[in-house]
Amino acid sequence: MSAEVVIEGLTKSFGKQAIWRDVSLTLPPGEVSVMLGPSGTGKSVFLKSMIGLLKPDRGSCVINGVDIVTCSEAKLYETRKLFGVLFQDGALFGSMNLYDNVAFPLREHTKKSESEIKRIVLEKLDLTGLQGAEGKLPGEISGGMRKRAGLARALVLDPEIILCDEPDSGLDPVRTAYLSQLLIDLNAQIDATILIVTHNINLARTVPDNLGMLFRKELVMFGPREVLLTSDEPVVEQFLNGRRLGPIGMSEEKDAAQMAREQAHVEAGHADGTAGEDMRGVVPQLVPTPGLPPRQGERRRKDRVMKILHTLPPVAQQGIIASLTDDERRHYGVGGARTGFAQPVAQPSPRPRPQPGPHDTQEIARVPEPGWPGGGRP
Amino acid sequence: MAGGRAPVTTGAARGDFPGAGALRETGKLCALGIDVVVNTFRRPFQAREFIQQCWFIASVTILPTALVAIPFGAIIALQLGTLIVQLGAQSFTGAASVLAIIQQAAPLVTALLVAGAGGSAICADIGSRTIREEIDAMEVLGVSAVQRLVVPRVLAAMLVAVLLNGLVSVVGVMGGYFFNVVLQGGTPGAYLASFSALAQLSDLWISELKALIFGFIAGVVAAHRGLNPKGGPKGVGDAVNQSVVITFLLLFFVNFVLTAVYLQVVPAKGS
Ligand SMILES: Nc1ncnc2c1ncn2[C@@H]1O[C@H](COP(=O)(O)OP(=O)(O)OP(=O)(O)O)[C@@H](O)[C@H]1O
Ligand SMILES: [Mg+2]
Repeated sequence: MSAEVVIEGLTKSFGKQAIWRDVSLTLPPGEVSVMLGPSGTGKSVFLKSMIGLLKPDRGSCVINGVDIVTCSEAKLYETRKLFGVLFQDGALFGSMNLYDNVAFPLREHTKKSESEIKRIVLEKLDLTGLQGAEGKLPGEISGGMRKRAGLARALVLDPEIILCDEPDSGLDPVRTAYLSQLLIDLNAQIDATILIVTHNINLARTVPDNLGMLFRKELVMFGPREVLLTSDEPVVEQFLNGRRLGPIGMSEEKDAAQMAREQAHVEAGHADGTAGEDMRGVVPQLVPTPGLPPRQGERRRKDRVMKILHTLPPVAQQGIIASLTDDERRHYGVGGARTGFAQPVAQPSPRPRPQPGPHDTQEIARVPEPGWPGGGRP
Repeated sequence: MAGGRAPVTTGAARGDFPGAGALRETGKLCALGIDVVVNTFRRPFQAREFIQQCWFIASVTILPTALVAIPFGAIIALQLGTLIVQLGAQSFTGAASVLAIIQQAAPLVTALLVAGAGGSAICADIGSRTIREEIDAMEVLGVSAVQRLVVPRVLAAMLVAVLLNGLVSVVGVMGGYFFNVVLQGGTPGAYLASFSALAQLSDLWISELKALIFGFIAGVVAAHRGLNPKGGPKGVGDAVNQSVVITFLLLFFVNFVLTAVYLQVVPAKGS
């Protein structure tokens, strides 16, 4: 039931200000994708163009055979019902309380009885940790709560495509971890195609199947997560590590003089804004909570990625092969890769720290396994 | 910004001749007007929203309208009173003031108040929803904001305008009567009797029709400015301001056109 989104040559500008040009990507059905990019590169604009709220100058965005950019208004409204969208600020209806907000799509688009609506709404509010707040108006709750209520509303119709604009901004790390788990669980349950826009590196490393990055009015790359996570592209490296040193500046682009100055500072011993560890490298992906069905998208993705494996950069290939089980290696016929170079790629993973130092490696390695967010939830 | 290096062709393609902006806005306004008309007939009709909006617009306009209507009737009575006495046509005082009030004063007073009090509230409401992305959220949920929010408001503005028009006519005529009879020493009987000397039923119809159209314009302009505020909360303030000014300008222009057409089409009584 999941839908594929195919975007070709999408270009958007506001007046004379070009936002991005020729963005082409495919969100494979049932897979989770994350879009990264410095603030102000037009990620929110990209999401809005995908659902026809903004009209791109050129290009197409095809969902189930319908091109959102050129289709008729009736078709557009019809197609939008497939979407669940979380806006950057939650975008709740200010005149309705949380319950009515979440119930709104059900009342508009289904003929469900009020008691059935109540059951679904309370379930979704519970899922996002908002039980007890259903009578409050959006003006009376915190920013993070608005965000979660917005998510509850986006999920209420069991959408086939979920778009989340910075689901983690305004949330604490623990809630972000629960939210990541929630999105993965949801994907396992309803096989929805998910696109998340975020600045949260941890989420970007552990949640998605595919990763992309917008920078300098272009899609720098989009593909299997391993490709971006192991990329040598300076922009990607700088962004993943959150360093000042690199092509991204406070205003989007840096000039050469500033780059040289910063390089000199760093060489003189001035910290570049990181803790010194490399955040790149392939880390284990989040899995659905035990008891849920396996993710269909993950299965399909594996087949898809193995088919294009030879086209990917060698480091990414190693990362992918290293993340397979023995059975899968045999199935795909890549068995030889096991001992050769799997280790060095998996190494930069943050959990067992790169330099374990005096600690007992066994002990540290055991900690993260049951400790996945949401995993131990009763 | 760095947009300069982009070989963007939008400028030439959109046509940036002087006045293009105004034309584009006018086009969008008309498009919204047509959209509203089309969506009016689309089910389900938002009855609840409609009633709430009627109540709201009526509650903010009734009192000021009545208060404006009394002096308006009085002014017309006073002005006409002295003029008509000089012409020696005292017996037509009532007729003249009824004609002036019903045909011109009532629809305009109504429209100014519906635009000033009701329209500004509609514009501010929709404008703040727009900048909070509520409108976007609604569109994404597959619900047309025009059908859901704009249509009930425009219809409410129209209905309230028509009802208020009746109120202004009655209050205005009563005010005129009071001033003419009590203060200027006119004869009550003559005032009432002359009503039908010049005025006819079609005057009442054109009056209500004008009110209906003015209500529509006030609602559509307010909604249009509210849906397209320029950047942030300050933009909403500016939009409210503009919506009132634009509505006033449009109203006087449309009033002129309607009056001219009416006077051509419907022959005056007694001629
Ligand atoms: N309605 C609009 N009119 C004109 N320019 C706009 C509009 N919306 C966005 N922009 C411009 O588009 C650019 C991208 O904005 P956008 O909100 O998509 O950034 P973003 O990547 O989502 O940033 P963040 O990560 O901070 O949310 C900005 O330079 C902004 O000025
Ligand atoms: Mg954004």
